[in-house]
Amino acid sequence: MNLYQKRRLINGINLTLSMVAMGFGLFWLGWILWTLLDQGFSSVSLNVFTKMTPPPGSSGGLLNAIAGSLAMTLAGVVVGTPVGILAGTYLAEFGQKGWLAPVTRFINDILLSAPSIVIGLFVYEIYVASTHHFSGWAGAIALALIVVPVVVRTTENMLKLVPNGLREAAAALGAPHWKVIVLITLRASKAGIVTGILLALSRISGETAPLLFTALNNSFWSIDMNAPMANLPVVIFQFAMSPYDDWHKLAWAGALLITFGVLGLNILTRIIFRSKTTLH
Amino acid sequence: MDAQKSLKTKIEVRNLNFYYGKYHALRSINLSIPEKRVTAFIGPSGCGKSTLLRTMNCMYSLYPNQKAVGEILLDDENIIDGKRDLNSLRAKIGMVFQKPTPFPMSIYDNISFGVKLHEKLNRGDMDDRVEWALKKAALWEEVKDKLRQSGDSLSGGQQQRLCIARGIAVKPEVILLDEPASALDPISTARIEELITELKEDYTIVIVTHNMQQAARVSDFTAYLYLGELIEFGETTSIFTTPKQKATEDYITGRFG
Amino acid sequence: MTKLQTESREKFQAFLDVAFRLTTKFFAFAVLAMLVGIIVELFIGALPSIKAFGWGFFTSTEWDPVNVKFGAIVQVYGTLATSFIALLIGIPVSFGIALYLTELSPPWLKRPLGVAIELLAGIPSIIYGMWGLFVFAPHLSDDFQPWLIDHIGPIPGIGMLFQGAPMGIGILTAGIILGIMIIPFIASVMRDVFEIVPPTLKESAYAVGCTTWEVVWNVVLPYTKIGVVGGIMLGLGRALGETMAVTFVIGNAQKLSTSLLDPGSSIASTLANEFNEAVGAVYTSALIELGLIMFVITFIVLALSKVLLFQLGKQEGEKT
Repeated sequence: MNLYQKRRLINGINLTLSMVAMGFGLFWLGWILWTLLDQGFSSVSLNVFTKMTPPPGSSGGLLNAIAGSLAMTLAGVVVGTPVGILAGTYLAEFGQKGWLAPVTRFINDILLSAPSIVIGLFVYEIYVASTHHFSGWAGAIALALIVVPVVVRTTENMLKLVPNGLREAAAALGAPHWKVIVLITLRASKAGIVTGILLALSRISGETAPLLFTALNNSFWSIDMNAPMANLPVVIFQFAMSPYDDWHKLAWAGALLITFGVLGLNILTRIIFRSKTTLH
Repeated sequence: MDAQKSLKTKIEVRNLNFYYGKYHALRSINLSIPEKRVTAFIGPSGCGKSTLLRTMNCMYSLYPNQKAVGEILLDDENIIDGKRDLNSLRAKIGMVFQKPTPFPMSIYDNISFGVKLHEKLNRGDMDDRVEWALKKAALWEEVKDKLRQSGDSLSGGQQQRLCIARGIAVKPEVILLDEPASALDPISTARIEELITELKEDYTIVIVTHNMQQAARVSDFTAYLYLGELIEFGETTSIFTTPKQKATEDYITGRFG
Repeated sequence: MTKLQTESREKFQAFLDVAFRLTTKFFAFAVLAMLVGIIVELFIGALPSIKAFGWGFFTSTEWDPVNVKFGAIVQVYGTLATSFIALLIGIPVSFGIALYLTELSPPWLKRPLGVAIELLAGIPSIIYGMWGLFVFAPHLSDDFQPWLIDHIGPIPGIGMLFQGAPMGIGILTAGIILGIMIIPFIASVMRDVFEIVPPTLKESAYAVGCTTWEVVWNVVLPYTKIGVVGGIMLGLGRALGETMAVTFVIGNAQKLSTSLLDPGSSIASTLANEFNEAVGAVYTSALIELGLIMFVITFIVLALSKVLLFQLGKQEGEKT
């Protein structure tokens, strides 16, 4: 029957195309990871972890950039997490009435995908411009502003998964509301909230744009958060855009470290979250 | 049984076993469904009546871990050996589900959608077909002025009749009804039952129901299933008045289930 | 005495309750204030430029730091053109992936494949940029672009988009890489909304004899169209604001060209390249105004996405 043959043909073609699309997506992932392994491993050596970023033409490493990245990322998470958890708690536990919760929820979801370079501009305007110098703190604040929406979202979601019976049971024992939340619901959703923090960590580890106008860069060893601070993403950016081969090599080494760090965190997050969800 | 033998068999189930993964859901079912009659499957929840119905248009083949072994003959041709093209098979066997499932499109398009899959009709013929199907499903008078509205805008009972019309429009030979009235109010249920009685003039109808009065009212033949086995099958009147099996009697008289 | 003690303890707990609620409320408000702060600060920062150029900022292609004359057309065009190319690639591929994951994939492969696609979103954008510049662009300039220039270039109309030298970097390259980057975002929204289609609805479509493709195209897609558009908007929002990947491969030329093979610049890439070197209040201010424009555009696109996805959720809620 002609119509049937035609329909089956269309079905076959489109389903094949769908498989091709799947392959297309995997192809890029494979290609990029392969490039990183190929270029990165030939550039990674012990020097990368023990020496400072070099001037062009001499050998060196990424130690100051790695240290700066760790310091700013850590500071960003430490500053951003409590803000995110408290705001998320408000949305989940007190957000049933009033305009603040729905509006904040909406805005938070937009901030979640807002261009990170704008965050950099914002911190430049409020902090760098008034202190008149780039600094590690400025970078950390920019990263913290990216951490907040991620933690808000996961905290709210996780708190909403806590069965109401648990809250009622705690309240029935006579616990005041704040204790119910702090000791029962927040604790019950601990694993989920940790997942959110890790997610935020992996998100900011690779962020470059917000650091360009805040932490800038520093060719020397510095752990002074009040001075410009070296960091992996900006070093990769500058080195990769330069015409020097040595710098390219270091950029690839940095790229390998960052990507596998971020993807590792990503996968770790999934494992934690999965073991948590299967427990309950 | 005598009346049954004199009728032509439309669907013959032979030694059918069905598995959900490892779970053995139907055990050696044998049964003949007569043409242009209403056959009802009854039994407690989980007895396999819906499963049996869903093998008849191979709906299970959508799910990789579901498997049917045995034979189901539609006009003497086995439909579950995997050789039969399912799309054209399903043109012959329509199905209506427990909850109304209008497609996200207009009332008119809901009906014409299925027809277009199997036939090429010009505009006028399609209009006629849609009207015919809606009339058959006793819905025409209620919707003829709003054919362009979304199918979602109808009431639950109307939606269910729309789904029946959608099934009929393809001109199937068999209509499978999976508890078609269980989500409806009594008035809508009565209309659906009336409709079933009218439709059996032209179609072979198989209905799954958990409502025994409904089975008694609409069906000519009844099959009682329990724990995946066919306990008893025969004319509805004899099943309900003189069941041969004790288990059937217990179920029908409400002592169990 | 004891009565007084319990009373004061109750009062203290009631006080803590209020204090706790107000603290969380304060931080919820802080999130809101952050958005308002960004817009206000950018606006203040952009004021000198707004005063100097007015609406002319939106109609001028000039970007001349030496004579302090600035217009946003080149950057806005670059941003929109690269995002448009990204959607051309991202939408069909994401749809195919979502279709594969929901309807075709064997169950045991679903999770690993889904995770793999989501990992594409985990790769930092600077890595896309580096890979694009060093690995992908050379391939384009050697193989793909000469073919485009030879075969599509001569066609009247569309041909003018594909002329010039095969340099590897430019608007087209940036668009392609953005396309790859937004696939995971669009695909995971599409997959999630496809999965909310009630199985009985799909079964009814199969029951009238639909093929898998017909079920997806005629039933699944119409049923989820709001969510699908929401997902596309999310991807668009990402593409519009993406900085590092684009900065590496767009070529960073402040000029308008009809050919997609020519270098150009986007708002984000201009900011990344020029902000730290900008001298003079007006130059800096013009850059901040660019940032403000980008933020407003992405805000609108993302808000739209959010509203659409919310509506799909509500519609779902009503049905169940």
